[in-house]
Amino acid sequence: MMQHALELARPDAPPSVAEIKPNGRTRGGIIKPVTTQAETGYSDQTLWMIAIRDDRDKGAFGRLFDFYAPRLKAMILRNGISGNHAEDIVQDVLLTVWRKAEQFDPHRANVSAWIYQIARNRQIDMARKYNRPVPEELKIEDRTDDDADQIVGLEQETDKLRTAISNLPDDQREMVEKAYLGELSHADIRQETGLPLGTIKSRIRLGLERLRHELKELR
Amino acid sequence: MTMSDIKHHISDSLMAAYVSGHLPHPYAIVVASHISMCDECRSNHDSHLAAGGSILTSLSAATVSDNLKNRVFDLLDEAPPAEPKPQKRQGVYPAPVMEALKGKQPKWRSLGMGVKQSILWDNTEGSVRLLYIPGGKAVPEHGHNGLEMTLVLQGAFADDDGRYGVGDVEITDEDVDHTPIAEPGPACICLAATDSPLRFKSVVPKLLQPIFRI
Repeated sequence: MMQHALELARPDAPPSVAEIKPNGRTRGGIIKPVTTQAETGYSDQTLWMIAIRDDRDKGAFGRLFDFYAPRLKAMILRNGISGNHAEDIVQDVLLTVWRKAEQFDPHRANVSAWIYQIARNRQIDMARKYNRPVPEELKIEDRTDDDADQIVGLEQETDKLRTAISNLPDDQREMVEKAYLGELSHADIRQETGLPLGTIKSRIRLGLERLRHELKELR
Repeated sequence: MTMSDIKHHISDSLMAAYVSGHLPHPYAIVVASHISMCDECRSNHDSHLAAGGSILTSLSAATVSDNLKNRVFDLLDEAPPAEPKPQKRQGVYPAPVMEALKGKQPKWRSLGMGVKQSILWDNTEGSVRLLYIPGGKAVPEHGHNGLEMTLVLQGAFADDDGRYGVGDVEITDEDVDHTPIAEPGPACICLAATDSPLRFKSVVPKLLQPIFRI
């Protein structure tokens, strides 16, 4: 679906800001689909999240839930957390998405990156008694309108990143996956795998170097 | 000094460990503080998050219980739990340091020779502290177990590996014995994290180290 969205997302003339403002939606939950992927170039996820942020749209939240809840649960299960507890964390993450929706800024992070960050933070905060240290928020200048070019540009770049990850050789892709899913720490690597740390690190680095190289070509 | 003067950054493997949440807490405070000061690493951090988001999206869906969605929807209109206001940067201390200080100014304890420390966090995961080194003075020579990360918040220091100014992070491994010397001028203030207590070689005899907590 994402792929399809991006195929559609190459308008010769980017949509004007007026066209993408969610002004056609009714408050209280139901989307009137005046804004579509084809018009905006935004992915489904971004459209849902903007509707949640600007209109507190529960219909859009339902769609977002259906997409992310099973994937979030899959991620949390890979950290050896039991099914019931994993669902408690999924619930907490998605409630956080709803409650902190006003912090979602599609110019700086795509929806999956934003939810990934919330999920990693919440999973740690719930496992420990203290909060994970997070960087100071950048002061976002008062944005009254979304800049469609910038948002679509970030989405396309992220899509290329996803393709680059899936095109990695299997062993590198698995290592990168393990790193981002919290299955690797420096200490784990030292103590448990019996593999030389340098080799693992260089594999991660190789994967990341390739990703960065592919990203650089986009700029 | 502008932030573009930062020359020593967070490596990709550390950044991946940080975004995945598996970096021990003391190091995570240093990484979050560095990102707060360094646009290059903030952008790199965002790229790593994008990679994490891509992997999240690519996972095969797990089956969720039928009632999970209802449970979540039942809570949407409830008032969210009150959360403490996030700390802001104060002076040379970026927000993650102010969080660790709980919004208060550091409580310095003397280590002798004008060198002071303020312990922000100390438990089995390791320790993180602020170090205050008067200009021209040396931090007592020390080795340490495991990785040590030192972020400069004010002034500068130099050791065998080079010069470190505001925003720079020095990362040293367990086999390194080093003697950082603060540059002449204003005192050097650093944020230093290890996964175990520092072992100072001089100044304080070993037996007293548990008392001084160094």
